Amino acid sequence: MKYAYYPGCSLNSTGLEYNMSTKAVAKSLGVELVEIPEWNCCGASSAHLTDHLLALALPARNLALAEKDGLDVAIPCAACFARFKATEKAVRDSDKTQKTISEIIEMDYQAKNTTLSILDVFANKVGAQAVSALVSKKLSGLKAACYYGCLLVRPNKITEFDDPENPISMDNLMTAIGGETVNWSYKTECCGASHAVINPNVGRQMLRDIYRDAKLNGANCIITACPLCMSNLDMRQQEVASFAGDAAYDLPVFYFTELMGLALGYQPKELGIDKHFVDAIPLVNKLGQVQAGRDSA
Amino acid sequence: MSKKVGVFVCHCGTNISYTVDCEKVAQTAAQEFPNVAYATDYKYMCSEPGQHLIQKAIKEHNLDRVVVAACSPRMHEPTFRRCVEQAGLNPYMVEMSNIREHCSWVHPNKEKGTEKAIDLVKMSTAKVLKNFPLQSTTIPITKRALVVGGGIAGIQAAIDIAEAGYVVDIVEREPSIGGRMAQVDKTFPTLDCSACILTPKMVDAAVHPNVNLVTWSEIEKVEGYVGNFDVTIRHKARSVDMKKCTGCGICWDKCPTKVSSEFEMKMMPRKAIYTPFPQAIPNKPVIDRENCTKFKTGKCGICAKVCPIGAVDFSQEDELETIRYGAIVIATGFDLFDHSVYGEYGYGKYPDVITGMHFERLINASGPTMGKIKRPSDGKEPKKVVFVKCVGSRDEAKGKTYCSKTCCMYTAKHATLLREKVKDSNAIVFYMDVRTPGKNYDEFYQRTAGEFGADYIRGRVSKIYQKGDKLVVRGEDTLLGKPVEIDADMVVLATAMLARHDAGDLARKIGFSYDQHDFFTEAHPKLKPVETHTAGVFLAGACQGPKDIPDSVAQASAAAVKVCGLLSKDEMKTEPIISAVNEAICSGCAMCIPVCPYKAIELKNITERAHGHQIERQVATVNSGLCQGCGACTVTCRSGALNLRGFTNEQILAEVDALCL
Repeated sequence: MKYAYYPGCSLNSTGLEYNMSTKAVAKSLGVELVEIPEWNCCGASSAHLTDHLLALALPARNLALAEKDGLDVAIPCAACFARFKATEKAVRDSDKTQKTISEIIEMDYQAKNTTLSILDVFANKVGAQAVSALVSKKLSGLKAACYYGCLLVRPNKITEFDDPENPISMDNLMTAIGGETVNWSYKTECCGASHAVINPNVGRQMLRDIYRDAKLNGANCIITACPLCMSNLDMRQQEVASFAGDAAYDLPVFYFTELMGLALGYQPKELGIDKHFVDAIPLVNKLGQVQAGRDSA
Repeated sequence: MSKKVGVFVCHCGTNISYTVDCEKVAQTAAQEFPNVAYATDYKYMCSEPGQHLIQKAIKEHNLDRVVVAACSPRMHEPTFRRCVEQAGLNPYMVEMSNIREHCSWVHPNKEKGTEKAIDLVKMSTAKVLKNFPLQSTTIPITKRALVVGGGIAGIQAAIDIAEAGYVVDIVEREPSIGGRMAQVDKTFPTLDCSACILTPKMVDAAVHPNVNLVTWSEIEKVEGYVGNFDVTIRHKARSVDMKKCTGCGICWDKCPTKVSSEFEMKMMPRKAIYTPFPQAIPNKPVIDRENCTKFKTGKCGICAKVCPIGAVDFSQEDELETIRYGAIVIATGFDLFDHSVYGEYGYGKYPDVITGMHFERLINASGPTMGKIKRPSDGKEPKKVVFVKCVGSRDEAKGKTYCSKTCCMYTAKHATLLREKVKDSNAIVFYMDVRTPGKNYDEFYQRTAGEFGADYIRGRVSKIYQKGDKLVVRGEDTLLGKPVEIDADMVVLATAMLARHDAGDLARKIGFSYDQHDFFTEAHPKLKPVETHTAGVFLAGACQGPKDIPDSVAQASAAAVKVCGLLSKDEMKTEPIISAVNEAICSGCAMCIPVCPYKAIELKNITERAHGHQIERQVATVNSGLCQGCGACTVTCRSGALNLRGFTNEQILAEVDALCL
């Protein structure tokens, strides 16, 4: 299994641990990720508010590079994924757009290849069953609130995987590595990241709803597949608690790949888990202990 | 004597003459077409003077066949057949040339339109020359009617037919008649109790000497044709002897097995031996064999032990009975949309997101909560209830395209009843449109929104999710252009009315048509609303399309009138335009049998003399009562042995030759 890999800007900065853990997990699962040479910004959020063609042309260049190598593209970041998928579809659906875009990027791009979220790759292409077979440390004690956010599975016509109202691919992976997932109502609610600067009180309320519902349903952590959700959920927990006058939520936030990495035998440091704002190490240390205890007895 | 054709070209006001030069068509016919003895044009050929003109011409010019160039034969063929019959011709010696729908209405150019009209008349003239007189035959009529479905529509139709003096059987697949109306609490727009007005009708049907209730039974097979349907009914094993049972109720009191009651929308248990509701008719139980411990494990049998008269009979088996009927009324009702396809409303997994039918049972005095509104999850009285309309209706993406017609009114009723029963409650209704056509309907809605203070919010609900013990309902108020979020205690979805899940099976069994939603198709959307395309089969109630109680009852009575009209005759005329077999050239290949949609063709044995020997062979034979003259068999027949009278191969080819040669 071989994919062109597009890390995007986040995975080299705020989402460094997502990059580390994705590569580690891919290696263990036998998924070869070939980073697109000379890749450029996908234009997420700024480009498509500025210019329609620019928003299509930026991902198109990356897609064209992968197409040249005959590879489908795997992307960890949900926003990059959404932009790539939108471009792919626009080019595939209209000959006119295809011509215009190829002209702009000065490369022929036919949209013969496709883009997959790295979540889709691990959960469906590799498959939860295959993952389960490779697990060396079962993460018992994990009670995960799997959080998919806004862009990963919506709009379904573009993203083309999982259920837009009740996505389950991340849940399946967490179960496959020996954890439990909670049934909660905020799987696909917006995390309010875009309000963080402009209208922080609105954003804080949205985060608070997510934390509280996760806790209410018995979760001991939140799992995400998006670098923006991650920074928002992880960085602002203390801020939201003091804003709302709540006790500390104490909800470590993980990339799903970090937990997969743990289950596949990597050390927290190799996966970047030591870089979190909400200290995740105490929970990580507890995971799998119940299992170990039973084994020794 | 040579054949003499009269050609009559109609202007249809200006409908035809605007794009067709009618005078020229008539002139050309008179001058150029073979055997045309007379041709003329007239403004309205179907009018009295128009018909007199034809009759006069027949007599004056000794015409023996007629072409009328006018509208579609679906419109006026019967008119002109009658017209020529009065003038002494066989009614089948007239041909209609459709120069309106097929010509003037669809072509803008008068010159070309005229040219085409001339061609069409030329074809009809060629065909009419090959016409020969056809005679109707008669078939006897069995004076007994079948009503399939014992809901309010079926009950009403049966009572009306019975009152007219005919024997009628109601076949109902549930243990009791009553149908959906029995489940409903109050009826709009009067808020009278549904059961109070239904049960007297149920009793009327039960005690009427001409009505037979055949419950816990289904239609197995239907053969025959109008006036003579041979219907095989499957009497499902009731496990209770109907003749002995008195309905005392000891058996279901003592039965230890509890099953969720379908009648109570699974919100309350019933027993494995049960009647669906206390006012059931007949008030005699059935054993639900799938859940009965005796049938599952062989142990138990308590009901048989406690029955004082020994009416419980575990050894009963399904029985088949074939009865001949003259007419059939289909009144099989509807199913409700399953909202679990709506992920945004929780895939049906939130216990307090219920349907309108659940709400009916929750407010009903004999329902699971004895009429006190309690929400399913924790039994608390809901104070803030959101009603969502059009769930599954008017939704191309996940539901049905059509409007279910009844939901606006029953939702208004629910909101009113909630406000009446729970004084400090809020009723919030999300709607796309409020559609209340019907006598006193809009007034009812105005009272709900005014006097009863229900809040109507125009907009769709985009999402419902659980937040603690509340349900967050998120939607848009499209009049204010603002998002709204409501923390509700309970949500009631007005789910769409659907055709019965097995409606298509029944339609195929009996042989009539249904639409893309599996609703049964009426013969004409305006002028034949209770007939089907199959003679002798009539429709009543929601099986034909979403309908409320008043509409269902009205349609049931209409269907009953049609049945009585049919049964009042001793015999009926058959349409002579049917297939006929030329036995001499039929090879008995039977290719025609599977293509016949009316199951009208079968094989029979004939004996004939060939080369001095007596031989026996098989040939096709057409049942004149069943054949509807569609012609499918004639194009399938390899040897050309089948011919449709009135549309023989010779006649069709004459038309083609007239156009092409």
